Amino acid sequence: MFHVGIKSTVCACAHGRLSTKMALPVGALRLNQLAVSRNFYKFTCCVGARSLSDNVSSKPVPSSATEVAGDHLIYTRDHFALQESLRKIVDQEINPHVDQWEAEGTFPAHKVFKILGNAGFLGVNKPVEYGGLGLDFSYSIAVSEELGNIRCGGVPMAIGVQTDMATPALARFGSAELKEEFLLPSIAGDKVACLGVSEVGAGSDVSSILTKAVKKGDEYVINGGKMWTTNGTQADWICLLANTSDGPPHRNKSLICLPMNLPGVHIARKIEKLGMWSSDTAEVFFDDVRVPCKNIVGQEGMGFTYQMLQFQEERLWAVGNIVTMMDNIIQETIQYTRQRKIFKLPVLYHQSVNFRLAELQTEVELLRSLLHRATALYIKGNDVTKLASMAKLKAGRLAREVGDSCLQYWGGMGFTSDVLVSRFYRDSRLLSIGGGADEVMLAIICKYMDTLPKK
Amino acid sequence: MSGRVLVGVKRVIDYAVKIRVKPDNSGVVTDGVKHSMNPFCEIAVEEAVKLKEKKFIKEVVAVSCGPQQAQETIRTALAMGADRGIHVEVTGKDYDTLGPLQVSKIFAALAKKEDAQLLILGKQAIDDDCNQTGQMTAALLDWPQGTFASEVSLEGDKIKVVREIDGGLETIKINTPAVLTADLRLNTPRYATLPNIMKAKKKKIAQVKPADLGVDITSRLEVLRVDEPPQRLAGVTVETVDDLVAKLKESGTI
Repeated sequence: MFHVGIKSTVCACAHGRLSTKMALPVGALRLNQLAVSRNFYKFTCCVGARSLSDNVSSKPVPSSATEVAGDHLIYTRDHFALQESLRKIVDQEINPHVDQWEAEGTFPAHKVFKILGNAGFLGVNKPVEYGGLGLDFSYSIAVSEELGNIRCGGVPMAIGVQTDMATPALARFGSAELKEEFLLPSIAGDKVACLGVSEVGAGSDVSSILTKAVKKGDEYVINGGKMWTTNGTQADWICLLANTSDGPPHRNKSLICLPMNLPGVHIARKIEKLGMWSSDTAEVFFDDVRVPCKNIVGQEGMGFTYQMLQFQEERLWAVGNIVTMMDNIIQETIQYTRQRKIFKLPVLYHQSVNFRLAELQTEVELLRSLLHRATALYIKGNDVTKLASMAKLKAGRLAREVGDSCLQYWGGMGFTSDVLVSRFYRDSRLLSIGGGADEVMLAIICKYMDTLPKK
Repeated sequence: MSGRVLVGVKRVIDYAVKIRVKPDNSGVVTDGVKHSMNPFCEIAVEEAVKLKEKKFIKEVVAVSCGPQQAQETIRTALAMGADRGIHVEVTGKDYDTLGPLQVSKIFAALAKKEDAQLLILGKQAIDDDCNQTGQMTAALLDWPQGTFASEVSLEGDKIKVVREIDGGLETIKINTPAVLTADLRLNTPRYATLPNIMKAKKKKIAQVKPADLGVDITSRLEVLRVDEPPQRLAGVTVETVDDLVAKLKESGTI
């Protein structure tokens, strides 16, 4: 009796709703899927078709992330309200499409970022004058933790690039004109950003990048190439780190806001990867690309420093993501092993299994505590480079352990593409490499521990 | 006309949660379980906010009856665009036995006190599925009702309501003040945007007790027992229609 059809008129208010103004067949198909998926959620609830518990104890198992507002270390009621609203967007606009995006090897960044931008989630700690909310970094971490509920690693990573990798330096040091042109639309979700730092020959060793920007009159002429550019095939602009002079390697680089549609910008290829399939990663070349000198962020020669300054935030953000994902993987593994029987007993009831899951959950809680502690110190103005590096190091390694152990307990099913654990296994492997490899984190920690060889 | 709309919002167990029956069969487990705003109440709030945006009405007041946590639900409504909230405090045993009749009395009293032009509710709550509060409130107030609304338009001092009924759609025109209950297809609720969540902090939530409104909330109903539905047993496949008839005769069904 319930018709599940497309509403022909949707409210015209600009509140982050997928637009019905799309006349294209593809757009209509998407809206239909969306309407179907949304109505499905509502359909099941209005016929009261809720799932009932199996033969489990009546004691509810609260998710470790939900704590009472008054007792939480850094989160207030506002943080939880933020997460609830973001969760709705994740459940209704993102998760229903993840499988398809993973299969297609890309996701519609403009569409998704516009929805998030409309709801205010792309500028949480960005200046109010440019459409941001001017909140402190704890809100950004709340967002990153909630985005961990997306059922893949690629989409949260892409969002993280937009909010906490390509834009922080611009927000802090960019000129008003530059912020108007690049920051404002990025916060609104109208422009997709990407970060151009790593190159084919330089990843961990940022100071040895080769891309050059030579001043010619009031323009820079840029030659070189960037690698591992997340959002690279869809981005409207790139935050580019290039050598702008011949000085010492830590002082001769600058950040430049470069529109991606300028002549000479070539997206050489979309890279095929082990995981993070829904995130398009590009190799980009710059062939005599001309950009006005005023597109430089802040001071010339300060690019390396600016990039370093934002690493703390970048790394803590990545940890927020993975902590929620690990929670979810452990919970799904518990659910699966509870109903899957071997030798007449649920897999979960074998001590090697439930003990191991207990170990993993313990470590996830430790990492979460470190994350919140570092965030609490950071928002008070402290330098948390050491703690952030430790958290990133642990996150990458723990994610590999969680993925590996949990996948084992799924048995043959874990090896299929039908389950989340196999996707997590692939996606999370990147964490020990990207955003600062484990080895770089270790070197930073050693520096703080003063255990490095003296020069 | 005051231009004021009252919207009832109920805090219920989240639709995605697995429900557990308490071991003493007195009810379902609610402690530590995720709660959120009843989905039909979300639709009701959205409709009220839309009416305000179209300038048909001036103020949206979100109302919820329950313990302290009901304020979270009101705050979600504020983040969606409601102007202020009223929290009717009902706790403990009183809350366990609170049902549509008492809530209707409370809403009727509030509608009069606030001089409301319109009262919008969700058509039913997803925990008890009663589908009674809207209708009872209208009867207590002697107001017209437009229930199962899938389309609402204000025309002067009348309201045109398209209702979803078994046979299809029914269009009625009723006078104001009136009670409306929102059905699934009335609208798609907006996401509470982060700026609005922050702004909602400054909006006021008034606290009031049922006694202040002259309402007696003693329940006339007693829940004797709550059980899970019987487990569905495995079916049996048969080869032919004759087998089917034989099996049905065997089991005494026919």
